[in-house]
Amino acid sequence: MSAIVSVQNLRKAYAGGFEALKSVNLDIEEGEILALLGPNGAGKTTLISTICGITVPTSGTVTVGGHDTQKAFRAARALIGLVPQEINLEPFETVMNTVRFSRGLFGKPRNDAYLEDILKQLSLYDKKDNKVMTLSGGMKRRVLIAKALSHEPRVLFLDEPTAGVDVELRKDMWEVVADLKASGVTIILTTHYIEEAEAIADRVGVINKGEILLVQDKADLMSQMGRKQLKIELAAPVDQVPAALADYHLTRAEDGLSLLYHYDTKGERTGITTLLADLQKAGLQMKDLQTQQSSLEDIFVGLVKETT
Amino acid sequence: MSLNAIWTIYVFEMRRFFRTITQSFISPVLSTALYFVVFGAAIGSRIDEVEGVSYGAFIVPGLIMLSVMTQATTNASFGIYFPKFIGTIYELLSAPISFLEVVAGYVGAAATKALFIGVVILVTSFFFVEIQIAHPLAMIAFLILTCVSFALLGFIIGIWAGNFEQLQLIPLLVITPLVFLGGSFYSITMLPPVWQTITLFNPVVYLISGFRWSFFGQADVGIGASLFAIALFTAICLMVIWWIFRTGWRIRQ
Repeated sequence: MSAIVSVQNLRKAYAGGFEALKSVNLDIEEGEILALLGPNGAGKTTLISTICGITVPTSGTVTVGGHDTQKAFRAARALIGLVPQEINLEPFETVMNTVRFSRGLFGKPRNDAYLEDILKQLSLYDKKDNKVMTLSGGMKRRVLIAKALSHEPRVLFLDEPTAGVDVELRKDMWEVVADLKASGVTIILTTHYIEEAEAIADRVGVINKGEILLVQDKADLMSQMGRKQLKIELAAPVDQVPAALADYHLTRAEDGLSLLYHYDTKGERTGITTLLADLQKAGLQMKDLQTQQSSLEDIFVGLVKETT
Repeated sequence: MSLNAIWTIYVFEMRRFFRTITQSFISPVLSTALYFVVFGAAIGSRIDEVEGVSYGAFIVPGLIMLSVMTQATTNASFGIYFPKFIGTIYELLSAPISFLEVVAGYVGAAATKALFIGVVILVTSFFFVEIQIAHPLAMIAFLILTCVSFALLGFIIGIWAGNFEQLQLIPLLVITPLVFLGGSFYSITMLPPVWQTITLFNPVVYLISGFRWSFFGQADVGIGASLFAIALFTAICLMVIWWIFRTGWRIRQ
């Protein structure tokens, strides 16, 4: 796979001197879903705005489909669809007209059949002649997505697509995103819901204070960075952790029926084999073993903490 | 340049106009009728002919200019201010178009609306007074140029304005007084000599004078000066817009 969006040494400083982006480098592969995680004010929206042409970079380059977003902005922007974070819609227009407007703005010839398909896919078809202002918040967000898709983009940016959206609609949105990916669209979404990134992303990028801390395959990230926990269930309760096992820093459950062992999957040796042997030597009989992996949330919180 | 994008913006803006067509249509017709009642019938009957033209007919070009200038300015300023206000400007900025398409779409639509209102007033005035148009082609050209140049000015105001109050400020405090004092309802030759000289610094004088010339074949200032004035005004507006485009002033961070 090749990079469809390539960001190099991108820096953005505002007039007041605030540095929203500090030399960001990022390659986005064609066809993937990349989730950009970061706390509020991390620079997620600035990064997206700069790639899409809403904000002018202070230095650095961005290419989309090989086209420089500054020098060949028409070719670059034609490939991009943007769903902004705020619900910015012309209230007095009908859904169909506002979606048609977006398509025309991108220079595409009118194609109502195509637009109707998009509206159907987003469950908006029966609202197509309704004025935007009569729609619910969730519906308006779908209209924004329909607008972004109206000109057949190859790259779709979703800036906090599920902020303030109820759980059911969020799940619907994830399905829409999965369908889009299946149709070959590259998707970049920003979110501060970690479960969202965990549920739909192929790769996860973590951004904080204008810097990308890491970009990694979601599964790799979780297995590499994740701390694991081994739960040892015992056949008979123990009053305290045997002194012979002190080196393992085990924690005893209140009922004395299980012991917890924390280990790092990144470490060369997890210590599991010796622990199991030592347990036996200490005369403890095991009933069952369970491992549990830390979630993306734990990883994220750990990473962001490190940089603050 | 994307003609498709210009057309899209143009159609979208015109639809806003047609949504309020009753208001857009009735308002100029009504105000024109009122002007004719007040100035034409009530006061005009006591005024002799001005430069050989009946007073009622004499004020027609000024009335048209008054509405066209204010309408072109307010329509264009509102047209580009509204997307800024509701946030939909993101779409204009992220579309594969340059500022050129944006200006052409918004200014074109605002100028069309003003032109429509100008024509409505002209047609209305036929019901009240007898007018002959000496130079119809020049009249149309002047009307279109005025619509476009003031729509350009309105566009600049819309980009500049940070709130609705500022949006109203220039049409209210600058354009309306300049038009009223620019000889809409009188010939500047009717003024004392000192005021005649001062009035020549009012750019609107040249526009109204030129427009009136196209109706009656006579003018306060030479037609050449009028043409030069409107060309200069258009050029200044275009230069300001070019500068906005280069710097992204108040649009792109």
